[in-house]
Amino acid sequence: MKPINKITSVMTPLDRKNVDTDQIISKEFLKRIERTGFGKYLFYHWRFNSDGTTVENFVLNDERYRGSEILVAQENFGCGSSREHAPWAIQDYGFNVVIAPSYADIFYNNCVKNGVLAIRLKGHEVDELIQKGKNELFKLEVNLEDQSVVAQDGTHYKFEMDPYWKEMLLKGWDEIALTFQYESLITAYEEKRH
Amino acid sequence: MPKTIIEKIWEQHIVYEEQGKPDLLYIDLHLLHEVTSPQAFEGLRMNGRKVRRPDLCFATMDHNVPTRNRDTIRDPISRLQIKTLQDNCDEFGVPLAGINHPDQGIVHVIGPELGLTQPGKTIVCGDSHTSTHGAFGALAFGIGTSEVEHVLSTQTLWQSKPKTMEIRIDGDLGFGVTSKDIILAIIAKFGIDMGTGHIVEYTGEAIRKLTMEQRMTICNMSIEAGARAGLISPDKTTVEYLRGRRHVPQGADFDKVAVQWLSLATDQDAKYDVSLSIHTDEISPFVTWGTNPAMGSGIAGHVPYSTDFEKQADRDALQQALAYMKLEEGTPLSSIAIQHVFIGSCTNARLGDLRAASQVVEGKKVHSSVTAIVVPGSESVKRAAEEEGLDKIFLEAGFEWRETGCSMCLAMNEDSVPAGERCASTSNRNFEGRQGAGAMTHLVSPVMAAAAAIEGHFTDIRKYMHESVPS
Repeated sequence: MKPINKITSVMTPLDRKNVDTDQIISKEFLKRIERTGFGKYLFYHWRFNSDGTTVENFVLNDERYRGSEILVAQENFGCGSSREHAPWAIQDYGFNVVIAPSYADIFYNNCVKNGVLAIRLKGHEVDELIQKGKNELFKLEVNLEDQSVVAQDGTHYKFEMDPYWKEMLLKGWDEIALTFQYESLITAYEEKRH
Repeated sequence: MPKTIIEKIWEQHIVYEEQGKPDLLYIDLHLLHEVTSPQAFEGLRMNGRKVRRPDLCFATMDHNVPTRNRDTIRDPISRLQIKTLQDNCDEFGVPLAGINHPDQGIVHVIGPELGLTQPGKTIVCGDSHTSTHGAFGALAFGIGTSEVEHVLSTQTLWQSKPKTMEIRIDGDLGFGVTSKDIILAIIAKFGIDMGTGHIVEYTGEAIRKLTMEQRMTICNMSIEAGARAGLISPDKTTVEYLRGRRHVPQGADFDKVAVQWLSLATDQDAKYDVSLSIHTDEISPFVTWGTNPAMGSGIAGHVPYSTDFEKQADRDALQQALAYMKLEEGTPLSSIAIQHVFIGSCTNARLGDLRAASQVVEGKKVHSSVTAIVVPGSESVKRAAEEEGLDKIFLEAGFEWRETGCSMCLAMNEDSVPAGERCASTSNRNFEGRQGAGAMTHLVSPVMAAAAAIEGHFTDIRKYMHESVPS
């Protein structure tokens, strides 16, 4: 996993709550057996009409946000299916950071395991960012080490982060290699119970 | 100190704990399917790792499998995914119920059938509906593919201890009301994310009277309320369901283990972080009208009005849902015409579900404007249903009787609802495009789906029950 710490980028405002993983990556793209190449299918049915033409007013089709690395959305982002293809698609498309008031548990875990930084800000802070991000191209500086987001107008936001997941993201650890250090404990547990 | 079943199971599975870190939990059963496992096996290969305990894994193929012409998967990518699971199971020694195996079925249907699912176990699967197994008093939750790889390699997971939540269901199950209606009503009342960060235990007199199959329907949809897992303390019903199943101890050993299982039940006076309750008087046969499972109401209800919501964000969400669902504010639910009926999925495709639906359609005909299919949850369910003649009842009424699989719940195989058409579905998600791009899904119980198939629109199943159809 690639370490992540500081990201500075224009934000992409997605003003919707309860965005489910079926929308993030639709089932017809889950048949692939690779981890890569899902970016072009991100939000596919919101980006494209059934005849393949682009949906004009969808934010990802707005050229101005091209290259943005920060997606800002409303509460309960990533609900529904456990498909890890969702963060794979988000990352492969180019987003390294998601900001929302809350996330579904499995989606949040899946982000951490892939080095996607999912930040929780307060509801009114996200509302504020989304409004600003809709009005103009709005740049954010995300710093995981400091657990801060600094907006281009100088507004400073702090976020909470579990220290264990934080360290894993900062260092880009291979969690399985880490767990192998506890192998004798796992064996001892198995001898007792399994 | 009195403990909940959640705390008891959690504590029994801690391999390592340290302040400020998640706990390292041992996993007793790892279920796998073809969609969320290929990248995990590939990760093992790339790092030269093995499956630590293939004997604690069990795999099947369900998401992608055709429900007719079983041996011809036309889509080459689907075919490759199926073959990849077969190859991976061969290479790593993981037991597999493949496409033509007599035990094949939806992973959350076969686990309990085979007795792999047992009280007190930690159970994971790369599938959010793993919560189903909680019906047995197991701690069962969905995981992503990286976690699948982690469990394959280490048989453990790092997990932060979630908070506990009780949802008590008081009262008797009302006339015509099923366990599907209970869980839909819970989600509508408390919200699609009420369970985030929590493990839910369902308690109360209504739960105690449910069969294991009915309990599975409730636990299955815990994830639709955002819960990490949902479970029910084991009781005599749990024990009797498991007795004699293939993977449980037999004879005197079974009675011994049953005593241990029953001791897992939540202690009297145990405290939860959050306690909620609902009375069955509040619950009637349910229909969803929107694009998430919380957007629903009793059949006598209607699509809400914007003015029913105080917050602008909720009004916006209503408008987005109605635009997709092609519905107007205030539309009575019973007036909504449907073109498709799907009876199937890990929520509602067990024998009891099929029996109940067959009783509604027996001697009647599917409405001329409706295409209706039944997809049994497993080969074993299918065989049992055919022995009872349920297939004939459905076929005579004009339903199609298919092979098993996830099918039209998520439309990864060839079964989908065409754009612009509407489906009464016994599955668990009504998200945009879930059953096909542009398709509109309404979640209901099996008996409500059966009645809609006959009438061509939603109708109150209680009307049918006056014609002596048992629940």
